[in-house]
Amino acid sequence: MSLAVRLHSRLGDFEISAEFEAGAGVTALFGHSGSGKTSILKMIAGLIRPQSGVVRADGRTLFDSEAGTDIAPPKRRIGMVFQDARLFPHMSVARNLTYGRWAGNRNSSADLDRITELLGIGGLMDRYPATLSGGEMQRVAIGRALLADPALLLMDEPLASLDQARKREILPYLEEVRDETGLPIVYVSHEVDEVARLADTLVLLSDGTVLGSGDAVEMFSKLEFGPALGRHEASSLVSGTVSAIDAQYGLCTVSLEGGQELHIVSDRVRAGDRLRMRIKARDVALSLAAPQDVSVRNVLPATVRSFALDESPFVEIVLDIGGQALRARITRHAFDALGISTDLPVFAMIKSVAIGQRMLSGRK
Amino acid sequence: MSEVEVADIVLLSLKVSAVAMLFAVPIAFAVAWVLARHEFWGKSLLQALVTLPLVMPPVVTGYFLLVLFGFSGFAGRAFRTVGLDFAFRWEGAALAAGVMAFPLLVRPMRLSIETLDRGLEEAAATLGAGRLMRLLTITLPLVMPGVIAGAVLGFAKALGEFGATITFVSNIPGETQTLSLAIYSLLQSPAGDRAMAMLIAISACLAIGSVLLSEWVGRHIGQRRRR
Repeated sequence: MSLAVRLHSRLGDFEISAEFEAGAGVTALFGHSGSGKTSILKMIAGLIRPQSGVVRADGRTLFDSEAGTDIAPPKRRIGMVFQDARLFPHMSVARNLTYGRWAGNRNSSADLDRITELLGIGGLMDRYPATLSGGEMQRVAIGRALLADPALLLMDEPLASLDQARKREILPYLEEVRDETGLPIVYVSHEVDEVARLADTLVLLSDGTVLGSGDAVEMFSKLEFGPALGRHEASSLVSGTVSAIDAQYGLCTVSLEGGQELHIVSDRVRAGDRLRMRIKARDVALSLAAPQDVSVRNVLPATVRSFALDESPFVEIVLDIGGQALRARITRHAFDALGISTDLPVFAMIKSVAIGQRMLSGRK
Repeated sequence: MSEVEVADIVLLSLKVSAVAMLFAVPIAFAVAWVLARHEFWGKSLLQALVTLPLVMPPVVTGYFLLVLFGFSGFAGRAFRTVGLDFAFRWEGAALAAGVMAFPLLVRPMRLSIETLDRGLEEAAATLGAGRLMRLLTITLPLVMPGVIAGAVLGFAKALGEFGATITFVSNIPGETQTLSLAIYSLLQSPAGDRAMAMLIAISACLAIGSVLLSEWVGRHIGQRRRR
């Protein structure tokens, strides 16, 4: 499965010119509000017509301005989850869920029972949308899209209208959907946290154009995207496997590819789980010598790969820890005092408490 | 005036109003749809035309109907070729009632179409529903309270129509003499106080009943969604 998108459109003063490709898994369209990500999603779904371009999904041409192809939205076999759920208020949850079947003529191979179980909505079938909580509505909307037999799932900030507690409620379900259905998902978001947790591929958008796209882990480690991702959100995605759990201290040990170990606080994981951890650059400190008697549980030998030095008080550094990239942000003062240079061996210190449980993502 | 005659007047009025609504409701819905959903040249003109029967003296509306749909009127001649005659017939009374009630029909319909979240139709489209299916399963059920509220109000208005009717099709007992026209005739004759009281009571009851029904329908349909 692949998705190839090349779009050009001008809506008044706002110009969208985007080109990217996405493979299996979750492709996140990331950008601040007004960057054109929702418009791009609607163009893929056929709800907005671009002035020119091509949209190809799974070998099917959905839109091609030169060939004059423009498949109507009902025929595109795209499941879309909107920010505001958009459940049909005059139908029960059950009728909403099966809408694609009885009104859309979609013979879904997905099993109703399996989907309702996956999303935990089996008990809501006779209820009406107005009686559901925001989180329940969004889960029903996801189920409705999945049951319409989509070849591609589009999600337009499905968590944006929910509070923090509801977001935490839905995120595990999204991960389940990603892992269980194997559907390619295009996920629009302006939350770095969600993107870090869900995305395999990251498409970075700004003012209607693509700043860059590629593997999410690589994209996070690139210094030039710092401003687009936000200064305080700059972080690296590090993956590893849970190798040991210390129940007495509530700590677990994650073996990184490359042989090093990270200790994190988590009560949710089991030995053998594959994890992707998000470590914010500002939570990483550097030392030239191996520190003694410190509270920081993670001290990893690393080498300096690159850095961005300018007039600002901060320096962004990319480290190499056993083949994976780790970003650190230190003051320019510390940078000069330590005499940091490329290929310098250092020790990266990361407080275990900074790698929060919320920042983990399980991978099968 | 006997009770049988009173009953005939009521039945004729109900028939005239019902036929008026039968034709006016679908046309009003189409007009409301166009006004709510489309931008086109002359939209404000159409809007003004729809509102006109509400503000123009009913006698003037009746006069225009007479000019257009009368014996020698352009539209009247056209309809006569398909066997439909309006002049001094109950069909004419129905036409007058329908035209006079038209603004009352369009307004709530247009409002409910405008307030309908178009995102719901978009969502239905992504789920595979074609244009007709979306109209039948999403749009119509959701605007139905507005349509029914409009139809019931329009029906009540049509029942009591007077000015345009008497101008267009005159006051012919058994043919075009509906409730209001009968009350008017009885008012002018010395006898018939009892019949007049009955007709007035019936008129009031029908009007109150219609308003209550319109409210109830709106509430009932709304409630199902909030359950």
